[in-house]
Amino acid sequence: MKETIQNVIEKYNRDRNRLMDILIAIQNMHQHIPEDAVSIIADQLGISKVDVKQTITFYHFFTLTPVGEYAVYLNDSAVANIKGRAEVVQAFEDELGIPFNSVTTDGLIGIWDTADIGMNDQEPAALINGTVFTNLTSEKVKSLITGMRAGKDMLELMRVIDAELDGPELLSTMVKNNIRQKGAVLFSDAYEVGYALRQAINRTPVEVVDEVKRSNLRGRGGAGFPAGLKWDFCRQSRGEEVYVVCNADEGEPGTFKDRVILTELPKLLFEGMAIAGYAIGAKQGIVYLRYEYRYMLEYLESILQELRELNLLGKNIAGKAGFDFDIRIQLGAGAYVCGEETALIESMEGKRGEPRNRPPFPVQTGYLNKPTVVNNVETLCSVVQVITEGAEWFKSFGTSDSSGTKLLSISGDCKNPGIYAVEWGVTIQKLMRRTGANNVQAVQIGGPSGICIGPDQFDRGIAFEDLATGGSVIFISEERDLLKDFVLNFMNFFIEESCGSCGPCRSLNVILRNKLLKILDGNGVEQDIDELYKWAGVGRSVNRCGLGQTAANPILTTIENFRHLYEDLVQMNESFVSAFDMESAVAESCEVVGREPNLSR
Amino acid sequence: MKKAEKITFKIDEKTCYAWPGQSIVDAARDNGIYIPSLCHVEGLKPAGSCRICNVTVNGRNMTACTAPVGEGMVVENDTPELNELRKTIVEVLFVSGNHFCPSCEKSGNCELQAVAYRYQMMVPQFPYEFPVKGVDARPDLILHDRNRCIMCKRCVRGIEKDGKAVFSFEGRGGEHLQISMDIDLASQLSEEEAFEAMEICPVGAILKKERGFAIPIGERKFDKAPIGSEIENSVEQD
Repeated sequence: MKETIQNVIEKYNRDRNRLMDILIAIQNMHQHIPEDAVSIIADQLGISKVDVKQTITFYHFFTLTPVGEYAVYLNDSAVANIKGRAEVVQAFEDELGIPFNSVTTDGLIGIWDTADIGMNDQEPAALINGTVFTNLTSEKVKSLITGMRAGKDMLELMRVIDAELDGPELLSTMVKNNIRQKGAVLFSDAYEVGYALRQAINRTPVEVVDEVKRSNLRGRGGAGFPAGLKWDFCRQSRGEEVYVVCNADEGEPGTFKDRVILTELPKLLFEGMAIAGYAIGAKQGIVYLRYEYRYMLEYLESILQELRELNLLGKNIAGKAGFDFDIRIQLGAGAYVCGEETALIESMEGKRGEPRNRPPFPVQTGYLNKPTVVNNVETLCSVVQVITEGAEWFKSFGTSDSSGTKLLSISGDCKNPGIYAVEWGVTIQKLMRRTGANNVQAVQIGGPSGICIGPDQFDRGIAFEDLATGGSVIFISEERDLLKDFVLNFMNFFIEESCGSCGPCRSLNVILRNKLLKILDGNGVEQDIDELYKWAGVGRSVNRCGLGQTAANPILTTIENFRHLYEDLVQMNESFVSAFDMESAVAESCEVVGREPNLSR
Repeated sequence: MKKAEKITFKIDEKTCYAWPGQSIVDAARDNGIYIPSLCHVEGLKPAGSCRICNVTVNGRNMTACTAPVGEGMVVENDTPELNELRKTIVEVLFVSGNHFCPSCEKSGNCELQAVAYRYQMMVPQFPYEFPVKGVDARPDLILHDRNRCIMCKRCVRGIEKDGKAVFSFEGRGGEHLQISMDIDLASQLSEEEAFEAMEICPVGAILKKERGFAIPIGERKFDKAPIGSEIENSVEQD
């Protein structure tokens, strides 16, 4: 073992900044990071063992104990649950005879929960050794387990439950892209590879930045920062070495648009990155790809190679002397917070994905402390069309504050979940008609960190100035238990995904979730709703990053828009309910001493 | 010190002076103004993690330990809203750990306890979580009690042996994050380094063994005057 681990470390030049890659390789080899490997890495990189472990234990897909030769990670998102996840869990547990989050005694199959894997339009879904399996049922689970026991490889395993796989050879997958509505900016048939890049290099970098600025293109990841301005700030930093980073860590539950772009239009994305590279003077671009999308890695690498052969990447690109730019793909390892741009940079440097304090901003001090532009996948793709068609053309779509179009990932209770390219400003009502969503109780916009609205607000529009979203729209029908199926799921998600750095984010969300449970268990009084609302408001003003500032939104926005659901659960005429249950309090000690509880009620 | 080289700014109506690049919390201290902080120690890279030093600038909150002073900046510090927020943060720290002051060696020298007194915490508004946390007493010279840890990362940033971190975060999130100690390195700490580790910890999570109650209760750092008064009573006159 020692030699193979040594080789991995050598492959990455004993570079501490490549610790993620080292760990990914070892995890894949051994289905965990063995203690011996931790010692070897620590020794070789000149850091302490706890220092290596702090990175390992931050990421969901790195483990210190084996996860099984077949590691099944079943998505635990709210939408997975309403689409029949419980049945799938039951099937796995019954067939294997083990509870979830454990491994069979022979070490062959492990079954684990995981946070959103970006498959909301085809749930229940799971990752098995990095490969995606969608639309699972108890029957399919049985077939899969038979296949795993027979030692089938991933391709064979997919074919066990899906005879017709989608995609080109390097991307044979069960994942359907479900593009329901194409738009003028993305998925336009007019796209010609390399055209925009050639246009760009015939202009000065400043002119390219100005064109993007004039287009009012705002970041598509959710925050909406003007892309051109970001590029301009990076140029003003005047770094000798600067980086373009593509944020492909879409982890917001309910969004999967980047998944579709990456598999349908990778050239558009890479071309956008090259244009960004030209504009800010970068020689290196990096795509930070979430581990959940690992299944497309080989395919994306092949596309990069194709572009190199077309001289659209590499040296003297498209004949422009001195314009050198290339792209590498950095895999993540399962951490929602890494979608925050400074956490993403930390992760790319092989560290825990903890958001940095700002200032300084990444455009000043980013990857390896060099000026860095971090843009979302969709933003970089939009750049290509801005350069091709011009800023005025781009601004002719959308609203005054939100120009262009937006890719929405629509899921939940509707007939046609999938990808919709819409103009900014489209109303919720219109989306409901288009997607076939009926009896809608609530719509969750922008994922758990966004807002939850009821029918009285369905005339509002999707736009930065109204209902802002990075792409996630989830319809929730009347038969769902909004608080239990969604709000509780979202709070557990944030508790798990918080990096834990900021005290109020780390601990207050647990307090909020426990208070919510008190209400859900029927032990709440009206004061609990008021306290819950008051406490939920603290994080927004004190925490460092977007996660911490918005983690209480599921509670805040449902109390604002669905207070009656809380009131239905609490004991309105009581001023105090202790929620103390003597029987459960003494249950453990009774079991130890083998005594029946003797409670006179 | 010539004022001309310094930046002029304001904290709660008081005109203050700072060196360019100086953090708000350090500059405030030099001007005799106390901004509470738990994770910040002079000389270490600011973490901005306890959030208690949040101040308001232009209507926005920011941590005074990470934000540099800007020329003409107007900083709100001692306001009812911020003080309430700070009390809330302290309360969250209290209920999410197991802090039993009367039995703690650090009582009277503990910054968490001192800040709680200063912001007049009585009974926390939040229910106690009583989390299960471990104690690690393996090294010869130090004792690591996670029950009292507030995860300020002062030990992570400040305590090294041969250039390697002795303490690190482990896990993540609200229910699994903890500080873990590298047993090999911790066992090699000298008397002096072990003492330093105890001193860098604002609470009683890292204790030097065999040194209990060397200074009696009643004569400790914060027993006579509240935390921050040492700053408020030592205004730099220039």
